[in-house]
Amino acid sequence: MFAIFVACATLLVITAGALVTSNDAGLSVPDWPTSFGSLVKVPHFVGGIRYEWSHRMVAGTLVSLTLTIAIWTFLVERRRWMRWLAIGAFCTVVVQAVLGGLTVLLFQPPAVSTAHATVAQTFFCIAVAIALFTGRKWVEEQPRVEFDTRRPSLLTLTLLSIFVMYVQLILGGMFRHHGMSWWPHVLNAAIVAFVLTWTVIRTLSVYSHIQAVRRPAILILALLITQLCLGFAAFLTRVAWGKDAAQPELPMVAATVAHVAVGALLLATTVVLAIQVWRHVPVAFAEPALQPQHDASAA
Amino acid sequence: MNANTDKRTIAILMLALCGLMLLAACNKKENTEQSNNNMAQQESAPAPAATPIDPATVATVTGTVKFDGTAPKASKIDMSQDPACKGTNEAENVVVDNGDLANVFVYVKDGLGNRTFDVPKDAVMLDQSGCKYHPHVLGVMAGQTVDIKNDDMTTHNIHPTPKDNREWNESQPPSSPVLEKNFAREEIMLPVKCNQHPWMKMYINVVKTPFFAVTDKSGKYEIKGLPPGDYTIAFVHEKLGEQDQTVTVAPKETKTVDQSFKAAGE
Repeated sequence: MFAIFVACATLLVITAGALVTSNDAGLSVPDWPTSFGSLVKVPHFVGGIRYEWSHRMVAGTLVSLTLTIAIWTFLVERRRWMRWLAIGAFCTVVVQAVLGGLTVLLFQPPAVSTAHATVAQTFFCIAVAIALFTGRKWVEEQPRVEFDTRRPSLLTLTLLSIFVMYVQLILGGMFRHHGMSWWPHVLNAAIVAFVLTWTVIRTLSVYSHIQAVRRPAILILALLITQLCLGFAAFLTRVAWGKDAAQPELPMVAATVAHVAVGALLLATTVVLAIQVWRHVPVAFAEPALQPQHDASAA
Repeated sequence: MNANTDKRTIAILMLALCGLMLLAACNKKENTEQSNNNMAQQESAPAPAATPIDPATVATVTGTVKFDGTAPKASKIDMSQDPACKGTNEAENVVVDNGDLANVFVYVKDGLGNRTFDVPKDAVMLDQSGCKYHPHVLGVMAGQTVDIKNDDMTTHNIHPTPKDNREWNESQPPSSPVLEKNFAREEIMLPVKCNQHPWMKMYINVVKTPFFAVTDKSGKYEIKGLPPGDYTIAFVHEKLGEQDQTVTVAPKETKTVDQSFKAAGE
């Protein structure tokens, strides 16, 4: 339950970060790690400071929550790989905080700001994975396993989906942080849509009877449609209509922030699908003589 | 891998992360110090002696900059996110009054050869008032001091985003002392913004000569004290781009050089 809370808190931090970028408030607090020279003093809560300071505070809280999870997992978790995952999560959130600091201190270079955006979503995926791995269902379930003999395998498709979404994330981040034009992001959106649709169709046409993969696949489809609509809205409000806007306007802020948040959900759901596929539909490298007694829960 | 090895590995990882954080902090400090040193070296280097100009022969270039076509309607700015930002405000990206175009930076782009000029001792003022920059377009000589003051009852941050000069970002609370800044290198239409009030934008133009002006609300400008000769006069607007004209001025002549800009896409 606590891991789910941390995953939700991560989505909140990503949304707060998107609000900072969309409101062009990233440098409204010019120092880091202090804010106007203080770690705790609340500044005058106006203008861009509202977004930047709130982002820093919720991000700081998330670092504490992640440290709690890391310590807790290290103390009570028997699965060694889970302990390493929790430590990896803490290291990721610290790297993320440093990237956030660098983006302020170096005046938002596109590469650093994009890395900050990308690591944020990586951390979200780790948080969601921890929530999944520590859930009762994962721990108690005896997975029903079906070997995948098709090529490309469903696991390959899910990994390809994650890869193209990471590329999309980097292209979107570079565009948002003025390091690149909009068209590579839009072009890659078509590739993302194609690969995700292929993955979802394969999942639902062959393995819809396995609830653990069916559910994330349906969610991916719903999120993909939503994300494409939001991307179109963001393009219209920010690129087509808003390029000469005197200030960030509500429609462009709402569209881009929702686009970032749904993008994070889409990536995390695809990671969940990949994990469930790895557990329930592993790749058959040779024709199995017998229906296997694969116990993925031990992993 | 036993428990002790685990702990040792974790300790090494943590140390590496702390090192990274320290490096990030030190890197910034070093960068800043390096930039300051460079600036100090530039400032301490003896300026070449100004080339003398005979005041009895100097000419003047004057004129009006017009906007052809239908001027875009200035968009209203919503300042409700900060109660200290009082009054009305509208975008200043294209300011046209009866066809006269304001905020065009006019300067002698070419024709002065290797002449050098004294940097004025007087500072130019950039004021933040009504959550707006005054002026919207500013001309300054390289190395000349710009005094930045805050007349609002709210904190602003001043953040130039140059291509050729050093970038900086400083906040200025209400009633705080004037910030004294200068720009070492020539740069036209250097954007300055406030990240706390995202509508606040202005442009500083840094040139090496004193021969520049910014058009007023009636589109007029005047460049005085120009030695006789052949020149390229550049007219630069933040949205409408740059247009150049060549002009020859005789001793003591007052020459009128008008210019017009078309709306983007026309």
